[in-house]
Amino acid sequence: MLEVDVKNMRQEDIAALIREADGEPLTLKSCMGQRYIGCGMKNVNLTLTGTPGNALGAYLDGGTIRVKGNAQDAVADTMNNGKMYIDGSAGDALGYAMRGGKIFIHGNAGYRAGVHMKAYGDIQPVIVIGGTAGSFLGEYLAGGTIIVLGLNREKEPITGFFCGNGMYSGRIYLRTDEKPVGLSEKLLMRKIDDEEKKSVIAPYIEEFSKEFREDYKKCMDGTFIVIEPNPKNSYKELYAAVS
Amino acid sequence: MRCNLIPSRFKVIRDNEACVSCRICVRECSYGVHSYDEEKKTLKADSTKCVDCQRCVSYCPTGALSIVLNKNTFRPNAEWSCDSLKEIYRQSESGGVLLSSMGSPVKSIPRYFDRILLNASQVTNPSIDPLREPMETKVFIGSRPERIERDERGRIKDNLPPHLELDTPILFSAMSYGAISLNVHKALAMAAKELGTYWNTGEGGLHEDLYKYGDNTIVQVASGRFGVHSRYLSAGAAVEIKIGQGAKPGIGGHLTGAKIIGDVSRTRMVPSGMDAISPAPHHDIYSIEDLRQLVSSIKEATGYLKPVIVKVAAVHNIAPIASGIARSGADIISIDGFRGGTGASPVRIRDNVGIPIEVALASVDQRLREEHIRDRVSIIASGGIHNSADVAKAIALGADAVSIGTAALIALGCHLCASCHTGKCSWGIATQEEELTKRLDPEKGAERLVNLVHAWTREIQEIMGGMGINSIEALRGNRLALRGVDLNEKELQVLGIRYAGE
Repeated sequence: MLEVDVKNMRQEDIAALIREADGEPLTLKSCMGQRYIGCGMKNVNLTLTGTPGNALGAYLDGGTIRVKGNAQDAVADTMNNGKMYIDGSAGDALGYAMRGGKIFIHGNAGYRAGVHMKAYGDIQPVIVIGGTAGSFLGEYLAGGTIIVLGLNREKEPITGFFCGNGMYSGRIYLRTDEKPVGLSEKLLMRKIDDEEKKSVIAPYIEEFSKEFREDYKKCMDGTFIVIEPNPKNSYKELYAAVS
Repeated sequence: MRCNLIPSRFKVIRDNEACVSCRICVRECSYGVHSYDEEKKTLKADSTKCVDCQRCVSYCPTGALSIVLNKNTFRPNAEWSCDSLKEIYRQSESGGVLLSSMGSPVKSIPRYFDRILLNASQVTNPSIDPLREPMETKVFIGSRPERIERDERGRIKDNLPPHLELDTPILFSAMSYGAISLNVHKALAMAAKELGTYWNTGEGGLHEDLYKYGDNTIVQVASGRFGVHSRYLSAGAAVEIKIGQGAKPGIGGHLTGAKIIGDVSRTRMVPSGMDAISPAPHHDIYSIEDLRQLVSSIKEATGYLKPVIVKVAAVHNIAPIASGIARSGADIISIDGFRGGTGASPVRIRDNVGIPIEVALASVDQRLREEHIRDRVSIIASGGIHNSADVAKAIALGADAVSIGTAALIALGCHLCASCHTGKCSWGIATQEEELTKRLDPEKGAERLVNLVHAWTREIQEIMGGMGINSIEALRGNRLALRGVDLNEKELQVLGIRYAGE
C-alpha cells in the first residue's frame, strides 16, 4: 500500500497523487487542513491521518475514504456514491444535499448535517453518526436515512434545535426515547418496533460497529425513535393561485 | 346560491356568424374554457377559467374568437384598485400566499431602459455601415489575467483562465427542466449551438438526450442540487452557482409534484409525484468565504477547465455583494434584475423585492472599476431585456453580455398569461403534460430562437455602426454613448450617465 506524508503538500499536488493512484489503496499521512481531498473523484481508496480540510470528498462519485481522525466542514457535500468512514468527529454541513452513498461518523457531527439529502429509486443515501448531531440535523430532508446513536451521551439530548425542520421525505432515526428539543409540530415522531429496528437500521449499525470496533449490542440497545414528515402537511396548501 | 366575489378577468367573445363549430378551440384550450353542447349543438365558453393565453384565438380557423377584458368594474377608487380588492377576496377565502408567474407586471417601477437614449455619430466621427464593413459581435466572458506574462525567451505565456466564447452577446437564461418542457430545452440547446452561444439548464439537471449539446450548455447548481453529479458538472461549458433570481430574491423554489413525472423525476433524481423544494439559501454558503469554497470545489471537481458563474438577484447592496463574488474566485457574475421571469413566485416577492437591472448593473460596474477588479470577472445582465436596444444599453452600462429568458419563451409562443404555475401551459412550454408538450416542435422552436437572436444581432450591429463603434468590446461600459430623459439627478448619478442635451 502506497503511503505518502502530505503534511507540507499543497492541495493540487495531493489531487494529482490521488489521480495517479487510480483506485489503488493510498494512505495520506499527516493531513494539515488541505481542502477538497477526493473532490469529484470516483473509485478512490483513501486512508487519511491527521486532519483533512473542508469539502473532503465533495461530489464523491464512488470508492472509499477513511479518516483516522477528525474531519472539518462540508464533508461529502453533494456526494453521489461511495463510502466515507470518519473515525472521529465531522464539522458543519456534513453530507449537504447528498444523493447517494454512505457516511459513517464515529464521533459527533456539527450543525446542519444531512441538510436536503435526497433519494431516488434504489439510490438511498445513509448517514450514521455515532455520537451527537448539532442543530438543523436533516433540515429539508427529501429522502434517505439519518441515524444518530448518541453513544456515551445517555442523559443529555443527542440532537440540537430544529431537528428535521421542513423535511418532506426520508427518515431520521435517533437512539433515544426523548423527543428532540422543539421538534416541529409538522413532523411525526414514533418509537420503532424490533421488526423495523432489525430490517431497516440494523445493517447500517452493524457496519458502523464493525468499522469503529464498537459493541454492536450496545449500539442497538435501548429505544429508537423515528422522525418522519406528516403527509397531511403538503406545501400546496400554502398557496392561492392568481392568474 | 354561491356568491362569487371575484368576477372573471376576461371575456371570451365568439362571433357566431363566423364560427363553424369545428371545435378546435375545445381541443386547444388546456384550461377547459371551451366546450361543445351536444344537445344544443353549440359551442360554449366559461370565461371564468380563461387566462387569456390566446391559444384558441391563434388557432381559430375563421377568426371567430377574441378575448377581451371583462368590462365589469368595481366602483372606481383612487386608493384601492380593483386588483387590490380581488387579492383580498382571494386571500380571505383561501388563507394562502398569492402565487403567480413570469416577470412583474408592476407599472409603478420605471423601466429605465426606456428612459435611456443611445448616441450616434454625426460629422465629427464617421458612422460605419455594418453591411459593408466588419462589425464584431463576438465576446469572450470569464476572468481576464491581470497582466501579460512572458517566459524566459520573451514569448507571451498563455495564462488565460477558461472562458466562454459567444458569437453574439446574448445567452439564454436558466430555466429548469420541470418548470419548462423537454422540448423547450431541446429548442434552446439546438438554437444555442447554431448561434454560437449558450443555454442554461436551470436547476433541474440535464436530460440524457441533451448531453450532446454540452459545449453550448451552462449547467446550474442551485440550493436543491437537483440532478447534480460529477458527470453533470463536467457536461457543460461552464457551471453556474445560483444564489438567487430576480423574480424572487431571497426565497427558494418549489416545483409541485404534479410536474415531477417521468423523465423530470429521473433527471432531477427525486421520486415521481413528490414536491421538489429548493431551500432559500444554500446551507453550505453562509459567507463569501463559503462561496469561495463552493466555487473552488466545483473547479476542483471539473479539473479547472470550466469558468464558474455566480448568479444573484439584483438587490439593494448588489455592488458590495458583486465585489465579494469577484473575490470568491468566480469568473462570471450573472445579475438578474427585478423584472426577471419565473415559473412560479409569490406575488408579493415578485412585485416588491429587488431593484431594476439597469441601476444594479451600473452600480456594480462602477464599484468593480473603483476597486480595480472589473477584469477579474465578466458580467451577464438579465431581467427585462425586451429587444436589441436594451442589449446595447445594458452593455453600455457595463455588462459583458445579457441573457434572455422571457423573450426566448415569447419567441416560442408564450403570451405571458402568467399561468406557468398551473402546469397547464397551452403553448406546451411550462408544462409536463404530454398532450401539451408535443405542441412545441423543438426544431421549429429552435429556428424561431435563431431568427430572433440573428435579428437582434443585426440590429446591435446597426446601433454600433451608427455610433462609429465596430466591436462589442468598445461598447462595454461606454456610458458616454448613453443619455437619460425623464430621470432625476440621483438616478442619473447611479446610472452614471448624463441628461439628454448635456
